[in-house]
Amino acid sequence: MTGTGSTTSTAATADAAATPPASRRAALSRWARRPWGLYAAIAFAGVLALAAVAPQLLATHDPLVLDYPHSLHGPSWANWFGTDESGRDLYSRVVFGARESLLIGLGAAAVGIVLALLLGSLAALAIKPAAVVVDRLVEILFTFPALLLALLLIAISGPSAVTEIFAVGLGTAPGYARMIRGQILSAKRSAYVEAATALGHSRRRIVFAHILPNALRPLVAVFALSVGQSIVWASSLSFLGLGVAPPSSEWGALLDAGRQYIVQAGWLIVVPGLVIVAVALTATTIGRHLQSALERGEK
Amino acid sequence: MSAPRLKVENLRVAFTVGGRRREVVGGVSFELASGECVAIVGESGSGKSVTARALVGLAGRTARVDADVLEIHAAEVRGFTARQWQRLRGLEVGFILQDALVSLDPLRRVGAEIGEALRLHRWGTRASRASRVIELLTRVGVPRASARARQRPDQLSGGLRQRALIASAIALDPDIVIADEPTTALDVTVQAQVLSELEAMKRRGASLILISHDLSVVAQLADQILVMRAGEVLEQGSAAQVLCAPAHEYTRALIEAVPTEHTRGSRLSPVPVPEAALGAPAPAPTSAQAGPVLEARALSKSFRTPDGGITRAVDDVSFDLGAGETLGIVGESGSGKSTTARLVLGLESLDSGTVRLLGQDWSGIPERARRPLRRRISVVSQDPLSSFDPRWNVERILVDAVPRSEYRSTAARKARAVELLGFVGLGPEVLPRFPHGLSGGQRQRVAIARALAPRPSLIVLDEAVSALDVTVQAQILDLLVAVQASSGVSYLFISHDLGVIGHLSDRMLVMKDGVVVETGEPAEIFGNPQHPYTRELIASIPEFDPAAIAARK
Repeated sequence: MTGTGSTTSTAATADAAATPPASRRAALSRWARRPWGLYAAIAFAGVLALAAVAPQLLATHDPLVLDYPHSLHGPSWANWFGTDESGRDLYSRVVFGARESLLIGLGAAAVGIVLALLLGSLAALAIKPAAVVVDRLVEILFTFPALLLALLLIAISGPSAVTEIFAVGLGTAPGYARMIRGQILSAKRSAYVEAATALGHSRRRIVFAHILPNALRPLVAVFALSVGQSIVWASSLSFLGLGVAPPSSEWGALLDAGRQYIVQAGWLIVVPGLVIVAVALTATTIGRHLQSALERGEK
Repeated sequence: MSAPRLKVENLRVAFTVGGRRREVVGGVSFELASGECVAIVGESGSGKSVTARALVGLAGRTARVDADVLEIHAAEVRGFTARQWQRLRGLEVGFILQDALVSLDPLRRVGAEIGEALRLHRWGTRASRASRVIELLTRVGVPRASARARQRPDQLSGGLRQRALIASAIALDPDIVIADEPTTALDVTVQAQVLSELEAMKRRGASLILISHDLSVVAQLADQILVMRAGEVLEQGSAAQVLCAPAHEYTRALIEAVPTEHTRGSRLSPVPVPEAALGAPAPAPTSAQAGPVLEARALSKSFRTPDGGITRAVDDVSFDLGAGETLGIVGESGSGKSTTARLVLGLESLDSGTVRLLGQDWSGIPERARRPLRRRISVVSQDPLSSFDPRWNVERILVDAVPRSEYRSTAARKARAVELLGFVGLGPEVLPRFPHGLSGGQRQRVAIARALAPRPSLIVLDEAVSALDVTVQAQILDLLVAVQASSGVSYLFISHDLGVIGHLSDRMLVMKDGVVVETGEPAEIFGNPQHPYTRELIASIPEFDPAAIAARK
């Protein structure tokens, strides 16, 4: 046991000598069990927020300056993520694209959740005939592939950032609406709602004091998960040329632009793709932790 | 005198939680001879189940089991590996778990489940195992055993499931059988059947270790009794000695806490009733009321069953309940007693019949019109935890129940909440706490405080003490009696437990399959039951009979 301490600093060695090996191992395993993934996600979310608010602090170049002699250069010290076909610095373009990408993701998630909230609450709480109609509507929307719904909306109103937000929101809403409906129904049938009924509380008081708060509590986590999903979807729409148009450096648009050079300059596709994956992972990780924290709080 | 089948000396079990060692069983010793039954009695958290599991190497990986001696069939088993334990279990030691529904694989036919134990120990051939399974099921009293063996657990009643579990535990004719709460959650008539099956096993020479919280169950079978509390054995001796001449005050409290029709009017718990309970105020005065608080006439309610049939859950049930009176409704699961409670509370609509509350129409009016009258009738359910909003602490729960029309300011409502807690023997320090952090008894006290908040004329208590440990149940029953004595509130008390009903009720109804089969005062019904079902129920109550226990010795 003493040999293991030799590589660490003297202070740590002294500390290790003072504590028995068993508790040191326990401390080590506690350290290993800490939610490092969550810490990384929070740190990355901080970087993203900075990129969205003040991209000039992170960027190394002007994202729009053309520099043809340096076009399609691979990643280097000068251009961390390489350059595109016009010699623009890809790293700076990714940084400057964060604001738009995140706004679309957050906006779409917000539209989706609000729509879902409306439909789900109506399906669960409205008077019978209305509830049945809404419920069927949600089910019909749910059977459509979400991308199809989004394409339909874009076909009607033409590609733009705003259309993209609503298209993705509409695509994700039915799934969340069904979840919210289920949450509300289970709260409605709970023993505490029955107890409140037995106390003689009005229906409105029960809905606002018990049913909605309990049913919607998990929504915080769902929203975080939805942001990640929405960014991926919005990027796929842009990739198909149905989202934001160039010269915007929204990440999906970057993917679209890089597609032509996939053989000569693979980084043009790989880097924005990895960034999208990282953002989705970050949102999912934070969402999952929120969810399990809420569940623990309930117990 | 041959060597004992099982010998344990100074058994200790400790768990390591979060790096800290906590001893949960400290020093259990006993010997188990052939054909003998040792019972370990205790309330939740006493360490009785952990003790039983430690004896067969099932205490879990985080547990540390120490003993000076632990011998099964005179063989030391302390250093056994998991594989050795596996051989021992089933072959030499059978284990009957409580709650047959979760202990049986829902997707497996019962016969296959029992045959598994045989197969694992390489017993016989496939064909001989199948016939052995039928034989076992027949032996534990399952009718039409060959048909039952092909069914899945959900197709069997609770009693049959429990018997299937017993059959699988005794499949290889182990000499030692450990039964952990084998009759908890069973109806009293089914419990009687299971107990007689265990008795028969004992007569065939099996040694039994019986774990139970229920002294009257233990009294039926035990030769030796260990009374445990918080991991310590408080008293140990022959059944006659422990039950008839208990030495430890806790044992005495346990015995005295058991409610029966004879304990009516006397207190069950040595813990004094909170003084404030005696000051619980009378129900809010109501306009001109001399008749009964509650009149139920010809209540009927049917439900559609999943297979398309119709069950008459409640069929032509009528009763009156006077001011300050307690009416008990007793029945087994499926008797319609809880549906009756829900009909009375207006939480379920009637098919036919009428309910009048304080002389006013109650069942025939829409919910909106019922609301102002709802303050006259409160409810306490079996599971208080689920009846509280999980986001709310005790303060919010109680303040929410205090009528805003009478207590206009927030401060007044909070003061009232503190007063209500006082009635049920809790202090204001409970206010910021959440129900899931309270003990079962405290939760039920909070539920009673909430029920008292609107100063009701009637409280419906649906299995309100069924989930509580017997000493806690005794305190709650004492509390209910005191609150009624001072406030004059009426109780409609629903329970499967004849003892509780006999202890509390002024009058009682016996229900079976939705119908009231007998009604009267407890003394009449217990003394001279008329209906055959009532007779069967009363005969099924396990009772301590010191003479019988002494005779068994």
